[in-house]
Amino acid sequence: MTLAEPSYPDDLRYHDQHDWARIDGEVATFGITWYAQDSLGEVVFYDPPELGAAVEKDASYAEVESVKAVSDVIAPLSGEIVEVNEALADAPERINEDPYGEGWLVKVKLSEASEAEQLLGAAEYRNLLKS
Amino acid sequence: MSAPTDLKHTPLYEQHAELGAKLVPFAGWEMPVQYEGIREEHAAVRTHAGMFDVSHMGEVEVEGPGALAFLQRVLSNDVAEIDVGGAQYSCLCNEEGGVLDDLFAYRLGGDRYLIVTNSANHEADLAWLGRWSRQYGDVAVRDVADRYAMLAVQGPHARDVVARTLAIGLPPRMRVATARIGGRPALVCGTGYTGEDGVELLIDPEVAPAIWAELLDGGAVPCGLGARDTLRLEACFHLHGNDLTPGRNPIEAGLGWCCAEQTGFVGADAVARARREGTAERLVPFTIEGAGIPRQGNAVLVDDEEVGVVTSGTFSPSLEVGIGMAYVRTTLGAEPGTAIEIDVRGKRRAARIGSKPLYQPKG
Repeated sequence: MTLAEPSYPDDLRYHDQHDWARIDGEVATFGITWYAQDSLGEVVFYDPPELGAAVEKDASYAEVESVKAVSDVIAPLSGEIVEVNEALADAPERINEDPYGEGWLVKVKLSEASEAEQLLGAAEYRNLLKS
Repeated sequence: MSAPTDLKHTPLYEQHAELGAKLVPFAGWEMPVQYEGIREEHAAVRTHAGMFDVSHMGEVEVEGPGALAFLQRVLSNDVAEIDVGGAQYSCLCNEEGGVLDDLFAYRLGGDRYLIVTNSANHEADLAWLGRWSRQYGDVAVRDVADRYAMLAVQGPHARDVVARTLAIGLPPRMRVATARIGGRPALVCGTGYTGEDGVELLIDPEVAPAIWAELLDGGAVPCGLGARDTLRLEACFHLHGNDLTPGRNPIEAGLGWCCAEQTGFVGADAVARARREGTAERLVPFTIEGAGIPRQGNAVLVDDEEVGVVTSGTFSPSLEVGIGMAYVRTTLGAEPGTAIEIDVRGKRRAARIGSKPLYQPKG
């Protein structure tokens, strides 16, 4: 398997539980960071939330599972699920291969836009990983 | 758990680090869980040859005129059936028939045997063996774990790779032979834990890094404990601590075939009773029907009623579904094909009881 190289794009906001958000107006795309997928190992199963489900910042909204372990995915922001990445059902390995692109998990209509201020920038998140 | 600085390292620790292995604590050792990835390593063993550093496993030498009588007393199988150069799987039971460990015994000479223990149980096994050996004046029980590094080379091409690379003859399956590897005395065992053909090499720790490198050059793919677990579970081999515990007897674990109660081994009465009267639960393999990966501790349900518990569960790279083993009520019938559900963190996942092995090696 070709795994993505370590990277933390500057245009994303990061949660300290190794999740990212790409905020585009009132909708944000969520996923897990390079560090998270690398720690987990090859993802073999993604259990997405239901469309319309409410997600709450800092709470689990989905599960990703590798051969060895299951991991809760933490919401970086609050809102309502408006789209899930259906393609991951057949190809969960995309979470490893392209964690910020084809490996995105859900799109969320944000309910508390101001929460974004609490998230980390790429440089802050990299520092967190070093500590 | 002990702090990371307390973890023991095998003689191949540097080699694992150089290969970029992901290292994890396991039974007091820092061991490689994977190198390139569990699925790739798993496939290497199923289709070619994988190589595992299993030097964390323990070795105990039992020697003396009383060795056979002593081993017959502590091991569940009929040790008298092992001829020189033979190997045999056994349980080490307590007086109640509970399984303290499961292990291979190899007969190296007329009154000399080697036992390979699970690393988590090694110290306790030694204490147990030492205690029982005192009733036999003419047997020595020696911890020889430091004397050996252990490499398991497994897969349809494993024997070719080992024989060609090390230029040695190999014993058939379930046999052990002496050899010189790296210029030092070594043991070659026709055993393994993957369901594939292959050998396990017990070699001098000093030459282990050179031999590891030679076998890598010879085409063996380095594999970690992650693949070791998926391979053994597809083959339905028990893992002590999961599927076998001191609270379970070999009969309910499906290991009646390695118990010879007529030998009067420690726990034989309890095992004989379990065999005669049956057990309330029995260990069965199962396969998830769709999505979901079962894990240790998940409940097994039939008609909303809890009927058992998963003791091992994982994603099967060969079958590409969740698989596992569970203790279920014997009254369930538990024939292959029986529909069950597994409660995977609150989600009911449809599953079916299977038969052993869950994956049949292509050979």
